[in-house]
Amino acid sequence: MSSENACYSIGIDLGTTHCVLSYVDLQQSEREEVVQHVFAIAQLTNAGSIDEKLAFPSFLYLPHDSEFAEGDLALPWHSNNKLVAGELARTRGVSTPIRLVASAKSWLCHSGVDCRAQFLPLDAPEDEVTKVSPLEATIQYLNYLRAAWDYAHPSTPLSSQPLTITIPASFDPAARDLTIEAAHRAGLNQAILLEEPQAALYSWIQSSQGGWRKQVKVGDIILVIDMGGGTTDLSLIAVTEQAGDLVLNRVAVGDHILLGGDNMDLALAYVIKAKLAAEGKNLEPWQIQGLTQGCRVAKEQLLMNADLAAVPIVVPSRSSKLIGGSLRTELTREEVTNTLVNGFFPEVGIQEAPKSRPRTALTKISLPYAQDAGVTRHLAAFLVRQVQATAELNGFDPLINHQASFLHPTALLFNGGVFKSPALAERVQTVLNQWLTAEGAPPARVLQGVDLDLAVGRGAAYYGYVRQGNGVRIRGGLASAYYVGIEGAMPAVPGMEPPIEALCVAPFGMEEGTEADLPTQEFGLVVGESVRFRFFGSSVRRDDPVGTLLETWSDTELTELEEIEATLPADNYQVGEVVPVRLRAAVTEVGTLRLEAVPRSGDARWQVELNVRTREE
Amino acid sequence: MNQPVPSLLNRLQLAFKVLLDASFAARLQAPEATPVATSPAPEAPAPSRDIHSTDPAAALQLLGLLQQEARFVDFIEEDVTQFSDAEIGAAARVVHEGSRKVLHQHFSFAPVREENEDSRLTLAADFDASAIRLTGNVVGQPPFTGTLIHRGWRVTEVKLPKVVDGHELNVIAAAEVEL
Repeated sequence: MSSENACYSIGIDLGTTHCVLSYVDLQQSEREEVVQHVFAIAQLTNAGSIDEKLAFPSFLYLPHDSEFAEGDLALPWHSNNKLVAGELARTRGVSTPIRLVASAKSWLCHSGVDCRAQFLPLDAPEDEVTKVSPLEATIQYLNYLRAAWDYAHPSTPLSSQPLTITIPASFDPAARDLTIEAAHRAGLNQAILLEEPQAALYSWIQSSQGGWRKQVKVGDIILVIDMGGGTTDLSLIAVTEQAGDLVLNRVAVGDHILLGGDNMDLALAYVIKAKLAAEGKNLEPWQIQGLTQGCRVAKEQLLMNADLAAVPIVVPSRSSKLIGGSLRTELTREEVTNTLVNGFFPEVGIQEAPKSRPRTALTKISLPYAQDAGVTRHLAAFLVRQVQATAELNGFDPLINHQASFLHPTALLFNGGVFKSPALAERVQTVLNQWLTAEGAPPARVLQGVDLDLAVGRGAAYYGYVRQGNGVRIRGGLASAYYVGIEGAMPAVPGMEPPIEALCVAPFGMEEGTEADLPTQEFGLVVGESVRFRFFGSSVRRDDPVGTLLETWSDTELTELEEIEATLPADNYQVGEVVPVRLRAAVTEVGTLRLEAVPRSGDARWQVELNVRTREE
Repeated sequence: MNQPVPSLLNRLQLAFKVLLDASFAARLQAPEATPVATSPAPEAPAPSRDIHSTDPAAALQLLGLLQQEARFVDFIEEDVTQFSDAEIGAAARVVHEGSRKVLHQHFSFAPVREENEDSRLTLAADFDASAIRLTGNVVGQPPFTGTLIHRGWRVTEVKLPKVVDGHELNVIAAAEVEL
């Protein structure tokens, strides 16, 4: 990206609950002296009222024709605007949830739905509301940010500035592809991807103004815990040395956990609801909304101030009779401690795995929320699974690793609004240090200095600056190895699925901008017909080279992803002809995985489609 | 900026008056030429100042914000005599929390004086009478020494939302009808 009017490196935190846009002034920044801002995004905050806010709530509201008066939705750059997004969408959605599109991002990584299908809002009546797809919603958010930026910066439009968009580290290749597709369809063809925990670490590096080199040393393992409104994202970053310089290596990322701060507020609201029900007061659905909001404020006060025993909560009436009609209750320290501190961050042993209930056979389409709210259990499982994550890095004592039952982090970086409550961050640190002490390891220290709400957006903008050679880059690469399923040659046995073998096509740690070797195994593709393959990822099999064929594996080793699809167009071949091809993987500069079908001879290449989710014929 | 400065419009009016009316110009020159005198000169008729009513738009906007976030109008318009202090207190929390949010979001405040309240301070001759009000035994000549009773508030920044042209600001809270 070297456009002549590239003045800023822009970072977009495309969050589940809200977006943040930050930018580094490339001309005024020099080395570690970085001039950086967070863009105040103009948005409707009420009908006819436009305000600038640092956060843009990731919501769309699909209004009824008669809901807004003429001109109520006008934007500075679009007087005939009909789209309700951001703050106004969020507040309208509270009273009319059937028209609210929320959590589009979580759907992008949901296996089992087609993200191009128009099904949001889920509960909207089909004949009344023109639904949108998760992909379309994502495009709308990016379009909006682009228009708001361009209006404020007409001479440096967003499409001509280097742009980094953040995604959860746990996003699978298909979800990464969809995010890039959304950026392209919003006219942002230059966008590259960055994992959110890495962005948080970049922000920490930037805010230390060079001081980070004194705060970490070779052999450190930094655990980044990023807990947003809707998701929890874990990453491990190891510090090594090369030619006298510190090097940061992202060695592992956690599973996609749909569990965040919003779940906590809701959990408290239900505790209070049960308490009120015991007193004979039953709440209406709209009161639950008010209660959730009240709990959020009260929770923060209780967790911030250890001297408070209880904080009153008032659920305002909806009518103009405020004094008589409001409901008063209180949230006690005990309730917060039991529900949040012990409920979401229980003191558990390192071997305790997250509990999962078997899903009922007939499930309504919904987001796969984490079944176990115990964040510490998810953390324990992650560290145990990744015990070997640093085994091959220089500067890490393999002896320690062999006796350890889990990977021992030495430093902790918190990110996300949840950790504004010091009690929750302290609990995570306490539990982690209990595990470490039990294995004779020193306690982990906490790295300070990031803005918990804005760090991801800021880190993304800073990353664009770093890519131009102005600072240390975190080495990442694929955090999983990828495998294609091959049906083994075996006589069919009635009632039994044919055995399947997994062929490694993309090894762990493949760097951006590189291609994998061609495996020797060939597949016969029928020209003109699409063929689906089962597709697997593994975040623990670090040593499988391309071509490795696994006959058996445990559930914890390989995770099945959405099927992938190869179609050979009949350009150079006869329809119906069988062409032997091999599958080659590449990681693009942008940060997405690309799979190509390569025939035995000739230069033709066919892209293998990663996003074929349940588009059943 | 301690002396009140005439607005641009006032200055323009003044300029035209001076140009067109020689005797007014002569009158004007005398007091302007002498620096702030210790003995008051005979009052010259002050140039007429434009007194105008303010635009209600911003006031309506602020009222709207206070109503939405803090139920301000609901609270003030309700008859409090029939309720207990506990009931009023519960509602007051809604008003307090919401009003605070509105104030902090849309205004930046700073105290007029940084000193602690109840401390003694001395005001020089050129103190800004529009920012400091003298009370009590107001006699003699500056410098004045007295006790700071209230630090004062100064709004340093106003960030009110922009309004779409033609939007009905008088409706500070729309009636709600649930279907």
